[in-house]
Amino acid sequence: MHSSDNKKNSGDSRRDFLKKSSLITAVALTPSVAMKAAESQADEKFAELFEKIPLNITVNNKAYKASIEPRVTLLDYLREELHLTGTKKGCDHGQCGACTVHVDGARINSCLSLAVMNEGKKITTIEGLAKGEELHPMQQAFIKHDGFQCGYCTSGQIMSAVACVREGHTNSRAEISEYMSGNICRCGAYPNIVDAIVEVKEGGMNV
Amino acid sequence: MINFQYLRTTSAKSALALLQKDKNSKFIAGGTNLIDLMKRGVTAPEKLIDINHVPLKQIELIGTKIHIGALATNSAVADHALIKEKLPLLSWALQAGASAQLRNVATVGGNMMQRTRCGYFYDTEMPCNKREAGSGCGALEGFNRMHAIFGTSDKCIAVHPSDMCVALVALDAEVVLLGPKGERKILFKDFHRLAGDTPQLDNNLKPDEMIVRVEIPLNNLAKHSYYLKVRDRASYAFALVSVAAGLELEDNKILSAHLAMGGVAHKPWRLTKAEEFLKGKEATEENFAQAAKLSMENAKGFGENNFKLKLAPNTIIEALNLAKRKA
Repeated sequence: MHSSDNKKNSGDSRRDFLKKSSLITAVALTPSVAMKAAESQADEKFAELFEKIPLNITVNNKAYKASIEPRVTLLDYLREELHLTGTKKGCDHGQCGACTVHVDGARINSCLSLAVMNEGKKITTIEGLAKGEELHPMQQAFIKHDGFQCGYCTSGQIMSAVACVREGHTNSRAEISEYMSGNICRCGAYPNIVDAIVEVKEGGMNV
Repeated sequence: MINFQYLRTTSAKSALALLQKDKNSKFIAGGTNLIDLMKRGVTAPEKLIDINHVPLKQIELIGTKIHIGALATNSAVADHALIKEKLPLLSWALQAGASAQLRNVATVGGNMMQRTRCGYFYDTEMPCNKREAGSGCGALEGFNRMHAIFGTSDKCIAVHPSDMCVALVALDAEVVLLGPKGERKILFKDFHRLAGDTPQLDNNLKPDEMIVRVEIPLNNLAKHSYYLKVRDRASYAFALVSVAAGLELEDNKILSAHLAMGGVAHKPWRLTKAEEFLKGKEATEENFAQAAKLSMENAKGFGENNFKLKLAPNTIIEALNLAKRKA
């Protein structure tokens, strides 16, 4: 596949790809949509379904160039390609918030964003918050207030908490709870998480 | 997720041209619902056309209407000073929906196009006329606690899950659709459809059209409006019942009432009879109760959702009370 990726803009490469690949293996592993497409429109469509898309993306201030299938989510790209495994896969359906990262400063669920939709964007993950050995104030506050138990939701909680403070949705405990409701904690550390956010907000720290 | 082709475009015209070229293609904007549906195998477009770079993010006052581009995010609209001041009902409805993370990505057009959250629609092992026409409806005699009580059919009792759309209907919004022959504008209350015999169709958007913007007329409801959403937990859950209420009051007299309900039908459910009844009447608990009673004509429960027959009128009364008190 790599040979075709390198010159994927040329029409020849698709046919090359088909010639070079084992078609039988490909068909056996190919889902029904590709099968249907292959039957109806011969090799062009079939080959295109394997096409990779170039991606330029900045993650934690480091620029990356990649070539990836369009179906790869931002979450899977961060974890599987860049090995930034601090961002967690919880539900993988946008319901739990464990995968929360910042895209151009805004918090989003990385499981519901295709990596290719983030072309040219700046991503911050939990790994990008600390300055060297010095933890981010929100990380320190989570430790101080015991804002976690098992820790699985914690990176998402912290990314969301930092955004919550930056957005200014921290005027009361109720408002904090409302704006943190996209991050689920099965251990039930919610009151402690709110304590941590209140402290960072009241400390007027630069987040 | 089954792989697909991915294309990016920067103009509405080229987006439409790409869409018309291939009927198995779909637009993707925020993708918060579409990607979920693709992961679950509910839908499998062969081609995604990324329209995020099409310049349709405007939020502006033009004449006596507020125009909101189809690609404005839910959070951009909810937090916009113009919307908070002139259309607080819309801002509250948006804030009642989804989570901060989802609202940062989800768009106005995508919110309108989101699919029902009926469990039978999502579970590809189950029958669902909306997902697969003719396969049956699992919800009719199944788990239907979240389902519709108004305008149902024997093919589908799913509800439209949006909060934003309920407020838009109450606010007399219009939606502008761009097709091969140019723009057409329809009342937003006519955008979504009842299930009838074609539950696979959620709305009246044609396959070769795209939503470009919504237009909302300025009104005098800002002082007395409320979006009341009743759900299973305090935040981040779909509505069991929600009510968007706006009152134009002079002293205690209702000059006009705007009312729509969510979580009860295949589309945002405008309470026209209640609105007509309240017009010119005093804003009293008694009149609110009568309006709620009128609203419940022809309501029908399906077992697990029978509680909505009581919850809905109570929510209407409470929303009206809260709208009245708000100043």
